Amino acid sequence: MIDLILEPLQYSFMTRALLVSLVAAVTCALLSVWLVQIGWSLMGDAVSHAVLPGVVIAYLIGWPFAIGAFVFGVGAVALIGGIQATTRIKADAAIGVVFTALFALGVVLISRTPSGVDLSHILFGNVLGTSAADLVQVLIIGAVTAAVLLLKRRDLTLFAFDPSHAHALGLSVRWLRALLLGLLALTVVTALQAVGIILVVAMLITPGATVVLLSRRFDRMLLLAVLITAVSAAVGVYASYHLDVATGGSIVLAQAAAFLLAFLFGPRGGMLVRLRGRRRARAATAPPSGAGPLPAGGASARLDGVAP
Amino acid sequence: MSAVVVADLTVHYGEVLALSAVDLRLEEGRVIGLLGTNGAGKSTLFNSVMGLVAPTRGRVEVLGGASSDARRRGLVAFVPQSERIDTDFPVSVRDVVAMGRYGRLGITRRLRAADRDAVESAIARVGLAELADRQIGELSGGQRKRAFVARGIAQDARLLLLDEPFAGVDVTSQALITQLLHELRDEGRTVLISTHDLAGVPALCDEVVLLHHRVVFHGDPASAMAPERLAHAFVGPDAPDAAHAPPAASAHPLDRSGEPA
Repeated sequence: MIDLILEPLQYSFMTRALLVSLVAAVTCALLSVWLVQIGWSLMGDAVSHAVLPGVVIAYLIGWPFAIGAFVFGVGAVALIGGIQATTRIKADAAIGVVFTALFALGVVLISRTPSGVDLSHILFGNVLGTSAADLVQVLIIGAVTAAVLLLKRRDLTLFAFDPSHAHALGLSVRWLRALLLGLLALTVVTALQAVGIILVVAMLITPGATVVLLSRRFDRMLLLAVLITAVSAAVGVYASYHLDVATGGSIVLAQAAAFLLAFLFGPRGGMLVRLRGRRRARAATAPPSGAGPLPAGGASARLDGVAP
Repeated sequence: MSAVVVADLTVHYGEVLALSAVDLRLEEGRVIGLLGTNGAGKSTLFNSVMGLVAPTRGRVEVLGGASSDARRRGLVAFVPQSERIDTDFPVSVRDVVAMGRYGRLGITRRLRAADRDAVESAIARVGLAELADRQIGELSGGQRKRAFVARGIAQDARLLLLDEPFAGVDVTSQALITQLLHELRDEGRTVLISTHDLAGVPALCDEVVLLHHRVVFHGDPASAMAPERLAHAFVGPDAPDAAHAPPAASAHPLDRSGEPA
């Protein structure tokens, strides 16, 4: 057992892969709790796809890919906001038009790029090929993003819950929105290396959706999201090593498995709780067979007791 | 000092006229009901006080200054309509009330001992001490409304704006909230309520503003409730029988006379 855990770590590419995956997963997990509560999942999808041309251009001019990705992530958000503000097009359509257009631009750019850029690495991640420089980049961006998220968590939660109150207190709702979207762009950058553009969105949504089934306290949800995704990331990386399967896919599958467990057994609306509640309700309403009479209203009284 | 001064306020949304040359002076220490049909401009007037809409013409003064100044000083509290609250959101009553203190806290909004005391006493004051740890979806409509009023109390706001405070609220809670708002008024605070539901208005409000894109009436509740005045605001001045026809049956004050306020 110990060997299974230690053996891969003798390769420096595996330790780097594990570190990058953990940092990316934890940063995504934190942000994901807010995204899911606000209902911005599609926005996460959009930003993650829209960074593709930025990554390609950064490669072509020899800049760190994080800069290109960030510029295009923020640009996509600005374009979506601009379309919504100036037309009657609804949010989902504006998001769909912008991110597919930018993604397509990235695909076209790659097709005109002489070798070098491997589309599949960008799309599906290349965590085993993480260089020392990539690792430093991801560590710094991940640490900054996580620190800002945690320091501003109360304001971000206020913005997510009741922007009208934020406005009433004289806080800038626009600035809080921009902050969260900027952090989204940075988070996408950290996760690109680990799981690639296509699967980043899973890291941005699954943890936040999982903890909804586990808790009704925001702080506890943040903690659980971090713990669950850190374990999932480690499980994913090890599974990919021992089973010789794609690392990014394996991390996302581990997260999906965690979601499935929460869905089945979670205390907040998991299937098991629902079934038990239904069975109890049925038992309470069923006519007693031969036994003493059930007090009138017993069923509803008992249901009131378990209802949230 | 007046709580709210509105001068010649005109607001358009594109081609649509929402408010036309509204002049209004609301004094401090009053409970004021803003009444009108949906689309009469109540939300626009609220949003103007909150500094959320740019007027075509005219100006709004809140507690002696610009709306933005009053808000930055933490003087304005807003209690949203029930349907605009995400009841699944993972915050407790205490979390919500604590948000009232954010304006006076540092960048991480970490509560100090004095802030925590203010939060607890605000929760106790609205009678939710035993439910302070409940997630807000686990409350009744009236309890939830009280939690948001407690947020305004923790904020120590001078002007409280409540949007449809009695929608989805049972009669007992309505009486509790009415009493609470009267206490806040007696402390010198101003309470501005926007509603299209006339029930509870006579018991709650010291004065009433009837709005129909402009101020139709501003004065004491009893005069406002006169059928011809209500007809003017609720059916519109152009309706053929405006002076005689009562407004929509449920909105008629007499229909509510049998109910406890």
